[in-house]
Amino acid sequence: MIRFSEVYKRYPGGGEALKNVGFRLAPGEMSFLTGHSGAGKSTLLKLITAIERPTRGQVWIGGENISKIKSRKVPFLRRRIGVIFQDHKLLYDRTVFDNVALPLVVAGLNHGEVRRRVRAALDKVGLLKKERVYPVALSGGEQQRVGIARAVAGKPPLLLADEPTGNLDPALSLEIMNLFAEFNRVGVAVLIASHDLELIQRLGYRQMVLDHGELVAGGEPL
Amino acid sequence: MRALLIRHVQVFFYSLGQLWRTPWGSLMSVAVIAVSLTLPTALYLVLELTDEISGNWQTGAEITLFLTDEVDDKAAVQLADRLRQQPGIRSVSYVSAAAALEEFRQKSGFGVALDLLDQNPLPSLLRLQPDPDQAAPTQINQLIEQFQALAEVDTAEFDHAWVQRLHAMVAIGQRLALIASLLLGVGVVLIIGNTIRLAIFNRRDEIEISKLIGATDAFIRRPFLYSGLQQGALGGLLALVLVYASLGLLAPVADRLAGFYQSGFTLQIMGWVELLLLPIIGGALGLFGAWLAVGRHLRDIEPG
Repeated sequence: MIRFSEVYKRYPGGGEALKNVGFRLAPGEMSFLTGHSGAGKSTLLKLITAIERPTRGQVWIGGENISKIKSRKVPFLRRRIGVIFQDHKLLYDRTVFDNVALPLVVAGLNHGEVRRRVRAALDKVGLLKKERVYPVALSGGEQQRVGIARAVAGKPPLLLADEPTGNLDPALSLEIMNLFAEFNRVGVAVLIASHDLELIQRLGYRQMVLDHGELVAGGEPL
Repeated sequence: MRALLIRHVQVFFYSLGQLWRTPWGSLMSVAVIAVSLTLPTALYLVLELTDEISGNWQTGAEITLFLTDEVDDKAAVQLADRLRQQPGIRSVSYVSAAAALEEFRQKSGFGVALDLLDQNPLPSLLRLQPDPDQAAPTQINQLIEQFQALAEVDTAEFDHAWVQRLHAMVAIGQRLALIASLLLGVGVVLIIGNTIRLAIFNRRDEIEISKLIGATDAFIRRPFLYSGLQQGALGGLLALVLVYASLGLLAPVADRLAGFYQSGFTLQIMGWVELLLLPIIGGALGLFGAWLAVGRHLRDIEPG
């Protein structure tokens, strides 16, 4: 699903964010990405969604080399990846339903299909009753679940999460992680960047550890 | 294809809804656009009118050929016949010296004084009416020169200086109207560009998130382009109302002016095509302004 080969990323005027990173994530696999703050977790996720391009090396997503992907192809790459953010990135002037519907509307689905899929996604995260509510009226955990529903609504084969439990208490964090595990069980590949080591140990999935831009554990050197 | 059409219709109503949701801001920019479009339109209409009036006078104008004393009635009639054949002349009438005297006697009120003269001081003359199609100042001038050269003609006269002056003034006015239209058109583009720029910045988060979840540039651009188009077109519609109102105020005065000159004109309200022209021009300018703003600012908003 994801393949990194000798990937380097240097920001202009900054140090090397990633150094010689190589790993594979198989279709349907779930894995955690850990490391201290500034170790390069976010950069790695940005390379996957083509927010950033690698300075050197190759990145493949679903068999497509995106190292030098053209800007006009980026939207179609992103439709195949569901992304969850620490700060949810919800639109606060739209209802829960409209937030979840956004990727489907963007992809040009017809009205009936949008409605059906939004309902299904909200049902999976347990928020079907709140579809008409605005996100401000929801708790942090609920907002994060709206974010997850939005990410899965388009049925992408890959989910990325950047510190999805960063602001949540341990019980809620576990709930969110279990939600990811559920999606993984139906065949979705999941990559979660997190530094909640205790929780990660308990769940027992593969761990990749970044240290100062280098993948020091859990990678499969290619 | 059908899906795209549906999307366009959706976005059309969505951005119309956005305008409605921010009524004051929208009203302000629509009003500014309307004023910007009204000014050159009104100026243009007034100039049209002036041109039409001066055109009327011009076609009513006559060239008078004063004949020399040697030309008798027979020769004068022959000359009149000859001139009638010439292109650019609609009609020629001959006024003999005696007839001219009679006319003068009736119109001037100097009848008694004229009786004291033992000789008719007036020359015989030909009155020519130029063809209205060929009555441009330069053509009239050519005719005058030509007639002046005739042996039978003492002087050829055309009271045309003021008509020419008016023509020149109208031409200047038209040029001014054109310049004003261009400047105000640029103004409309900038106003809408700025409004759209603000809208883009207000919806920065939405744009960024949309890009993150796979929205194409066309998708993001569309509501802003529609918004510009709609503001421009609404401005054009409002301008239409303003133009009508201004013409309504102007009409009584213009009718009085027409009365002075026994001219048959009335203030011409625009026809259907011109009616549609204002919203179309407004919409086009709005679309252009939005397109500039979108091209300039959407690129800056990238998720990072």
